[in-house]
Amino acid sequence: MATTLLEVTGLCVGYGDVRVLHEVGLVVKRGEIVCLIGSNGAGKTTLLRALSGVVRASAGTISFAGESLIGLAPQQIVRRGIAHVPEGRRLFAGMSVRENLLMGAYLRRGARTEIRRDLDLVLTTFPRLAERLSQDAATLSGGEQQMCAIGRGLMAGPQLLLIDELSLGLAPKLVGELGQALLAINRAGLSVLLVEQDVATALRLANYGFVLDTGHIVLADPTALLAKNPMVQEAYLGRAAVNA
Amino acid sequence: MRRALLLGGLAVLALALAALPFMSGNYLVRLATIAFMYVVLASSWNIIGGLAGYPSFASAAFFGLGAYGSAIVRAHAALPLAWCAGALTASLFALLIGPAILRLRGHYFAVASLVLAPVLRELVNGATDLTGGGMGLTLPGSTALSVDATARLYYAVMLAAAVGTVLFTILILSSRLGWALRCIEQNEDASTVLGVNTLTAKVAAFVASAAPAGLAGAIYATWIGYIDPTDVFDDLLSVKPIVMAFLGGVGTIAGPVFGAAIFVALEELVWRNVLNFHAGILGIIIVCLLVFIPGGLGSFRHAAARVRALASKQTNGTARVRSAA
Repeated sequence: MATTLLEVTGLCVGYGDVRVLHEVGLVVKRGEIVCLIGSNGAGKTTLLRALSGVVRASAGTISFAGESLIGLAPQQIVRRGIAHVPEGRRLFAGMSVRENLLMGAYLRRGARTEIRRDLDLVLTTFPRLAERLSQDAATLSGGEQQMCAIGRGLMAGPQLLLIDELSLGLAPKLVGELGQALLAINRAGLSVLLVEQDVATALRLANYGFVLDTGHIVLADPTALLAKNPMVQEAYLGRAAVNA
Repeated sequence: MRRALLLGGLAVLALALAALPFMSGNYLVRLATIAFMYVVLASSWNIIGGLAGYPSFASAAFFGLGAYGSAIVRAHAALPLAWCAGALTASLFALLIGPAILRLRGHYFAVASLVLAPVLRELVNGATDLTGGGMGLTLPGSTALSVDATARLYYAVMLAAAVGTVLFTILILSSRLGWALRCIEQNEDASTVLGVNTLTAKVAAFVASAAPAGLAGAIYATWIGYIDPTDVFDDLLSVKPIVMAFLGGVGTIAGPVFGAAIFVALEELVWRNVLNFHAGILGIIIVCLLVFIPGGLGSFRHAAARVRALASKQTNGTARVRSAA
């Protein structure tokens, strides 16, 4: 039985007077890919931002590997093993692909051999990045930028990778390619929390899924069950409920 | 080849700068000293404004604090100590105020940094006992040196400060802090989730920007021998370094240096020839430069490279067409 890596309970987050997340609970077990699905404005990105310490939670608990993350600064959370791949890639233009990747290892001072090894790992996972190492990251195609962003996250040497919108603006073929890479990374022992609007892709990749709707978790099931759930089919997969 | 060219150019420049005080009159020496002072101000602004991308208007505040810090200490101590005191005063101020205003971004930060100099000006005006208020402060002059010798001493000191500031910028750019600043300039949120402590990095950049500007003010005060609040907290001292950095190329090492040199030359040329409308002419020139070469003069290098690339692509294209035919 896999042990719990990340456990969120009763998490409330808001911006000013607007409450975005209402008592959200969520669990990621070691070695799992968990997806968080929901429509625009459901609070998916806010949940990730709260997990990586960019926004403060007003109530609730976040525990990671048995330790509370509440009140920790982003860099302390990265040190504990959570890497965040932000929505829209957010690469550093004017810096090469290599420099972007190495920025992911910003906090790992002095760990040269480990950084070297992780860089090799990223480049074997995404061979296309190896061809473009000294190229300006801004000149990459959308798919390559996403590879670079995921690679940058991996360079932090995390136990849990948070990915915000893997498929955003990418061709289906590329999404499939990235999905395969993600599964390979996961098989190597990394846990993943994937936020996706593309529900079909999310359900295919993940073992377990949570459905977030206007700040509430409304469903939590293994993805095999979620894919058959009429509510999910109707709301997110575009299939009309035949017998309704 | 390019390295040799660069080193050769630097050697020629060093020789020219070393020879200038012996070859020319006090007018040119004074002009060059002012140019070096602007190199210090533009390069130091470049640390927070260029590398970190935070549009700071705090140069005048740092310069004025440096001037007053050195003037007050100079009454009891030797010159080098007074200069250090000036740099230290400005740095301490940046360290105190930085954590507050560097939480603001973009225009908000610019406005917050813009009010620093006027507020300090009023404070200094009010603290008559310490600063002499609006009457200003007269610094003890050195009677041992002749006018010519003093001019050459400050030429050398300001040149050393300029070279030191440029080296300091190179050091920062190649350090961990430099990487953090470049990332903050690009995308502060992404830097945060990578584990960069952005506030600490920004405050470090602000302090690193304050120290040279304070030093310039300190040297200026002992050089001119008299300072008053409107002179050393002049808002133009905040604006000019920004214009210089933009002229030469923001965020680069050489940009602010060339920008300062060009600016001083332009200012002097216009000032001498169109005395009653010099500010207007200068403004028009600056606007034209910024509109037509927004990347600064340094961007000509890239433009040339782009033209070459385009030309080679076209010749390749015609070659292919020919072989196809």
